[in-house]
Amino acid sequence: MDHHMTNRNKTILLVDDDQDYLFQMKTRLESFGFSTILAESQKEAEELIERSRPDLAILDLMMENEDSGFILCYKIKKKFPDLPIIIVTGVAAETGITFDINDENNRKWIKADRFLDKGIRTEKLKEEIDKLLLKK
Amino acid sequence: MSTLKILVIDDEPGIRSGVSRILKNFRVDYPFMEEAFDFETHEASTGEAGIEIIEKNQPDIVLLDNKLPGIQGVEVLEYIRKKQLNIIVVMITSYASLELAVKVTSVGAYDFIPKPFTPQELKSSIENITKRLFLKKMTNKLQDTGKQIRFQFLSVLSHELKAPLNAIEGYLRMIKERQSGPMVESYDFAVDRMFERIKGMRTLILDLLDLTRVESGKGKRDIQEVNLLDIARTAIDTMRPYSIQRDISLNLNGVDPVKVNADPEEMEIIFNNLISNAIKYNKDGGSVNCTVRENEHCIEILVEDTGIGINQEDVNKIFEDFVRIKNEKTRNITGTGLGLAIVKKLVDNYHGKIEVTSQPDQGSKFSVRLPIDKPCL
Repeated sequence: MDHHMTNRNKTILLVDDDQDYLFQMKTRLESFGFSTILAESQKEAEELIERSRPDLAILDLMMENEDSGFILCYKIKKKFPDLPIIIVTGVAAETGITFDINDENNRKWIKADRFLDKGIRTEKLKEEIDKLLLKK
Repeated sequence: MSTLKILVIDDEPGIRSGVSRILKNFRVDYPFMEEAFDFETHEASTGEAGIEIIEKNQPDIVLLDNKLPGIQGVEVLEYIRKKQLNIIVVMITSYASLELAVKVTSVGAYDFIPKPFTPQELKSSIENITKRLFLKKMTNKLQDTGKQIRFQFLSVLSHELKAPLNAIEGYLRMIKERQSGPMVESYDFAVDRMFERIKGMRTLILDLLDLTRVESGKGKRDIQEVNLLDIARTAIDTMRPYSIQRDISLNLNGVDPVKVNADPEEMEIIFNNLISNAIKYNKDGGSVNCTVRENEHCIEILVEDTGIGINQEDVNKIFEDFVRIKNEKTRNITGTGLGLAIVKKLVDNYHGKIEVTSQPDQGSKFSVRLPIDKPCL
């Protein structure tokens, strides 16, 4: 299957307060054939969601709030329950914080579809995104 | 009002009912304690019955006679110790010998009240224990809060350190995979960004060193009489290159000398951070006015700018660790979010105060007040 053909009309919302990460992710995603919309803060993302509906969202966890990613995820899912959401974090490995995503209670309200590490390899990222988009 | 549970284990019914009566309307309440305590008394006539109650409805305090019909008091004590239960035990016994006192204390009894005891003697002991239990609870709470704060700090710090490393790695990968083609010039953008991020990491490390220095408290402080105007002048000279670049004027107001007993390096950190912020968040062609003066038992340091100002809702946040205000106006301003946090901790160490007033788009004024000899308002 030619990914560029199937991905051509898919838009991914990227939210992160690190401009370099945004630039690099945008380049990666566009090489997979996606279009991207960028937001540099939780606030900016909330405004964007009011005006448009992406096909998937990738959210950084810590932005102007330590749990911006969670808050955004909750708000996006409230508006678009079927929109797949990936939360990325850069701190999991070092600090050993897993945010208890394996905890039953937390899974219930966190609602993100996947938690990925920011250092994830390009091929693996592509796999995860494709899996989530196919599910729809 | 909190209620403490007391279990009295004694084969003499007179003792049991006596304790219940004495403690029925007893309250312990000290000015430093946030809550008052009263007591709920339960009774058991044998060691075995006592243990049953301990298992079903664990008391906070146990009054324990040694001479019991079945198992002895010491054995109940050993049971409590073995199970590592959080119970304070007071031995009450007619057979008070030094030998017994030593034995039970070594097994974990907290206090010893020989029979016959007066109501006052009982109340004193209970009062003491209550104060101790309250303090223990507070200590646990503080330790937990301390741990929580440290954990939060470390996770944000980890994020701040990892971000530039991830960014640099990402650009290096782009270059290695020739993502922008074969021409070296195509990667100039990536190289410049990497230099920027490295600069950011250096600043972060320096700020963290300042922060640890401030938080480690006493240690190497070099308190001496300093003229704050001299320190202000040095700080302004250090910052001048940055202000010149943007045509911002730096002005110092004050009459020599303005003396205070302080560590000169710490004072320098305060001035450097406040003036650096006043420049960074300023408008091109604007100005920074620094005033140092004595005012009613206090030294005042005022740093005023004509910059972008701070929104009302952000005013309290800016003194927190790693907080930087991120919006369209601050987009191109770099910083670690630690400068003001460090200044506030330093000012707190001197028992001073720092405040800010601001008008968005017009400017901000930071004022630090340090006591000279008496506390200032």
